[in-house]
Amino acid sequence: MAERIIVDPITRIEGHLRIEATLEGNTISQAYSSGTMVRGIENILIGRDPRDAWAFAQRICGVCTLVHGLASVRSVEDALKYPIPPNAQLIRNLMSGAQYIHDHVMHFYHLHALDWVDVVSALKADPKATSDLAQSISSWSKSSPGYFSDMQKKLKTFVEQGQLGIFANAYWGHPAYKLPPEANLMAVSHYLEALNWQRDVVALHAIFGGKNPHPNFLVGGVACPIDLNSDSALNMKRLAQVQDVIHKMKEFVEQVYVPDTLVIASFYKDWAKMGHGEGLGNFMTYGDFPSKTINDVDSFLFPRGVILNRDLSKIEPLDLNDKDQIQEQVSRSWYDYSVGKEKGLHPYQGETKFNYTGPQPPYKQLEIEKSYSWMKAPRWKGKAVEVGPLARMLMLYATKNAQAVELVDSTLKKLELPIESLFSTLGRTAARTLETKIISDAMQGWFDQLVGNIKKGDTKTFNETLWNPNTWASKAQGVGFMEAPRGGLAHWIVIENGKIVNYQAVVPSTWNAGPRDAQNQAGAYEMALAGHQLHDSKQPIEILRTIHSFDPCIACAVHLTDTENGNAIEIKVC
Amino acid sequence: MNQLSLEERLRLHGVSRRGFLKFCAATASLMALSPAMIPRIAAALENAKRPSVIWLSFQECTGCTESITRSHSPSLESLIFDAISLDYHHTLQVASGDAAEHAREQAMKDNWGKYILVVDGSIPLGNKGFSTIAGISNVDMLIETAKGAAAIVAVGSCAAFGGLPKANPNPTGAVSIDMIIKDKPIINVPGCPPIPVVMTGVLAHFLTFGTLPELDHLKRPKAFYGQNIHDRCYRRPFYERGQFAETFDDEGAKKGWCLFKLGCKGPTTYNACATTKWNGGVSFPIESGHGCLGCSEPNFWDAGSFYAPLSTPIGHVAQNAGYALAAGALAGAAIGFANKQKSSQAIEKHEEITVNDLIKGETK
Repeated sequence: MAERIIVDPITRIEGHLRIEATLEGNTISQAYSSGTMVRGIENILIGRDPRDAWAFAQRICGVCTLVHGLASVRSVEDALKYPIPPNAQLIRNLMSGAQYIHDHVMHFYHLHALDWVDVVSALKADPKATSDLAQSISSWSKSSPGYFSDMQKKLKTFVEQGQLGIFANAYWGHPAYKLPPEANLMAVSHYLEALNWQRDVVALHAIFGGKNPHPNFLVGGVACPIDLNSDSALNMKRLAQVQDVIHKMKEFVEQVYVPDTLVIASFYKDWAKMGHGEGLGNFMTYGDFPSKTINDVDSFLFPRGVILNRDLSKIEPLDLNDKDQIQEQVSRSWYDYSVGKEKGLHPYQGETKFNYTGPQPPYKQLEIEKSYSWMKAPRWKGKAVEVGPLARMLMLYATKNAQAVELVDSTLKKLELPIESLFSTLGRTAARTLETKIISDAMQGWFDQLVGNIKKGDTKTFNETLWNPNTWASKAQGVGFMEAPRGGLAHWIVIENGKIVNYQAVVPSTWNAGPRDAQNQAGAYEMALAGHQLHDSKQPIEILRTIHSFDPCIACAVHLTDTENGNAIEIKVC
Repeated sequence: MNQLSLEERLRLHGVSRRGFLKFCAATASLMALSPAMIPRIAAALENAKRPSVIWLSFQECTGCTESITRSHSPSLESLIFDAISLDYHHTLQVASGDAAEHAREQAMKDNWGKYILVVDGSIPLGNKGFSTIAGISNVDMLIETAKGAAAIVAVGSCAAFGGLPKANPNPTGAVSIDMIIKDKPIINVPGCPPIPVVMTGVLAHFLTFGTLPELDHLKRPKAFYGQNIHDRCYRRPFYERGQFAETFDDEGAKKGWCLFKLGCKGPTTYNACATTKWNGGVSFPIESGHGCLGCSEPNFWDAGSFYAPLSTPIGHVAQNAGYALAAGALAGAAIGFANKQKSSQAIEKHEEITVNDLIKGETK
């Protein structure tokens, strides 16, 4: 009989994710991904003012803290045919780019690294040798023997106190950890440095959006005005702060994040075998970072399209408004559809009714042969596809983006790996690092354009013409899309008489973490885990490596819409 | 493994024995205790472990966790390395699955009656299956973990007031922590998310003074939620003069005039944004041109559009602000807590005492 292995909670992610898998011997035959928390945010959006929607939608997730806000304002602007000033477009690019860099660095060090880095082993490192290693790969200044010796002492003091806190009960010493003590000490030091670094660079969001997490957005532009002669607008002081953050981001990416990725990857090449941790072979990008307007797809830094069967020679066109292309299914999810549980729906027609048929908590196992997740199963033309950094880097590579080709080729050369090794757990993690480098370079370009516009006298940041709902058509619908750090994200909105009547968010982690569909096709996580061999099923570090390589964001992935308003529950408090 | 006492840890940070005893004396004075108590305090502190903190995440977006990582002082790393033992926290802890759950159970067992429970996210009462961790419903896990807690800190508007999940029509039947737990001290630290240093500040208060900070009628610490944003806002003088931004990006918006007419909820929102500001004091929403959403107030999601003015100013604007204030004050009858008397005594004899005040460099 096949053994069932369960990992719940999956930690070092956003949200509530549970993985169940069946083992044949020590090999995973089938994996099942379940989102175990639902809030109902899209339902809550019904009846609201579309201009308010971004704030609600943004709270889908506090890690991808601005992406849902941006997708939301874009959906309203698409529905109302509401153009925004070029400066607002540039400021949004800068905010979104900053989110990528911040999010990817934190994912690498604080969520993913400890799958590969053994903190306890770092105690055995020779600080001098660690310094030699660090200085051989980077010009980062914090690399002296004394620095690493201090970091090691700090770590030692912590461990010897006997209260391991967040590091308790981990799989330290597991044979899957391959790094020498010096690489471990370097990575642990950078774990702490990155915590400090990220705190400073979010200043960019605070400048444009007032705070981080959850910076402010505005339908029709951005809320921060530009006035070089005001003490309370984007002035020279503010621009200088933004420039400083852009420098700090680029510096950390180039001198710490990229070199660390290369060093760590060089010890884990067995995780770069084609198909190991990459199961679907289908990849999709919506495209983003317009240099002109959001409707000018050709001006995007990240192109749009679908790659099937790992064939980089052919890119399928993608249309977010085509009712036959993107559909969400619920046959294995805890929802019902009015058209029946087996049929998919395009998001404009999207609906959901809670129908929890899972086991009553507390439970040991899910009923994996029935419905088993609060996530839906989105499909493109009926196919499961992967979204995210790997999809984007493949799309850039396939469309022969010069920087991407150079980065990918030189990385593979350094690691002595073939191009096929991109289709793997390690390929996904490396793709994230490489796209961060591309974004960190693009930031300067957007900033220079912004400064150039101001120089020419264009300080406009908001278009007032369609702000008043009296100017809107009585019925309108639109889609706001973006490439979020975790992949293609889109919000579909339907507006009637100035109010939201339907709102659907189909998000990256639903594409990747969603369950099986009516045809029993597995989602991206599920396919990626199939075939993994576990050294010890009680310490399934292999599952964590591949799941973390996707950077799960489960609060994002679980949602509902209920236009019938049939599921609301009134809570009376005595 | 041997565990370092507070004194040993302080010594590692360069604090001398004399400095340590001085700290104990200051603590005794702060707590209005006789000098005879100093050796006893010293003895208690010498054996102190870092207090255990268990952090549960329910119906949440992880924005509160993200926010606490942005805290400058104390920073998250100084908290978890030097001040607390963060024994369970989904986003940060290394262990997953059973190993993670064992960490929670072990921390509860080892620190029964003493650990601090931090909760973010609301609790769905509509169906236990709406939110589970390790197959356990949120409500069951909360009740079980709260039992041995010394105090509960509800961070974020979801845990404190139900937040976004509770917004109309509340599809999952979401409630706040204090709707479920009635027999423990609860501190609400609302905000969507709370200001980073407010979260760490509340924990630091507890660790430094051993008491809960004084709270208002909504269980919010007065130090951070005692004043509304409007009263502390640098744009307040423009409100008084009747100078408003009429739309985004107009002359008034550029000059930093009051955002009241663009829907700013500063007058009815009690939070420290205008004084503490965000992200190392860089800015706060109003300073960056957008009105306050009111995100630390109960039910702010259902309080009308974020862009609708609180009321249309008719006649003298300052008077309208006065009404708003009166409404806030009416609701503001503070509830007394066991520590109240103690803290007022402490306030009378207050001396600023932190570890940083101790004499350094006289080790041994």
